[in-house]
Amino acid sequence: MKLNHKVLFQLFRSTFSLSAFTFGGGYVIVPLMQKKFVEEYQWIDKYEMMDLVAIAQSSPGAIAINASIIIGYRIQGVIGSVVSVFGTVLPPFLVISIITLCYDWFIQVEAIQTILFGMQAGVCAVICDVVYKMAKDIVSQGEAVYILLMLAAFFLSVVFDVHLLLIIVACGVSGYIFEKKRGETK
Amino acid sequence: MILLQLLFSFLQVGLLSIGGGYAALPIIQNQVVDLNHWLTAREFGDIVTISQMTPGPIAINAATFVGTKIAGVPGAIVSTLGTVLPSFVIVLFLAWFYYKYRQLKSIKAVLKGLRPAVTALIAASGVSMIIACFWPDGAVSLNNLNIESFILFAGAFIVLRKFKAGPIKVMIACGLVALIISYI
Repeated sequence: MKLNHKVLFQLFRSTFSLSAFTFGGGYVIVPLMQKKFVEEYQWIDKYEMMDLVAIAQSSPGAIAINASIIIGYRIQGVIGSVVSVFGTVLPPFLVISIITLCYDWFIQVEAIQTILFGMQAGVCAVICDVVYKMAKDIVSQGEAVYILLMLAAFFLSVVFDVHLLLIIVACGVSGYIFEKKRGETK
Repeated sequence: MILLQLLFSFLQVGLLSIGGGYAALPIIQNQVVDLNHWLTAREFGDIVTISQMTPGPIAINAATFVGTKIAGVPGAIVSTLGTVLPSFVIVLFLAWFYYKYRQLKSIKAVLKGLRPAVTALIAASGVSMIIACFWPDGAVSLNNLNIESFILFAGAFIVLRKFKAGPIKVMIACGLVALIISYI
């Protein structure tokens, strides 16, 4: 793959700014990446984005880092993933290094607490927005088995607290079985 | 020597924390508090609090915090590197595999089953975040609803859906609105 310095820089800049805003950890990076890489840059399509989250989720390590490794690899190969991991790690690294020095002050300032409290509501809205889009997409394909699979996975996770790896494996196997069955009946 | 110890410890954190986020907490605690006594239980609680208030994955935050405390900037770099390295190798392999074989029929079928799962899992984590946001003191009931959070959430959601606003801008705006409200 031919390295494109402009694209590499774009990759670094976008992973850096996305990472700087993943408060609350985990899935918050998904809507941000979706907006940036799917809708704005159109580097990947929305199905690739979901596959990418599934891979990131079922591998060891943080979702944000794993997802950026895959994006980087997709865009510019191994060098791309080095660049995007660097971009993702740098904001928390810098912030924590500074906070470690002035922790007592940081935890006391009320304005910081209030802003973070407000941002939490914004984060929830961002998550709802992306879930709405993803769910709508699955529903609009009109295949009842996958809609049921989605609902089942949701309830197993929320109500019964089933481990997410178990859910991911079960859904992957279900997909395989459904598609195979369909292939046979055709 | 201490750098090697940090590296080895955080390699284990990176390798064992599957599922991200809070799944990493007990593993970090085991390495940092119980085995190596780099932090006290109280300091570990502090790092969890800081992680909730700062951007980035908790494993990276903890690695940077512990590394800085034990061996300064080189410690922070080594610990962070250790946390990232296992994911890097494993995910890179999976990414290669995905892009090479995703057109195969059987892989396509598996991926088709994974998409509803991903949507459901994000929705599930959204539910727990909404509960933490609307009922900050824990008791979930209609009387106890935090009106301010609810209004901010509803406003942000409408702005996102109707006006297709950028998520980062919406998040910053929510923070600033909360600050302004607190001064009124």
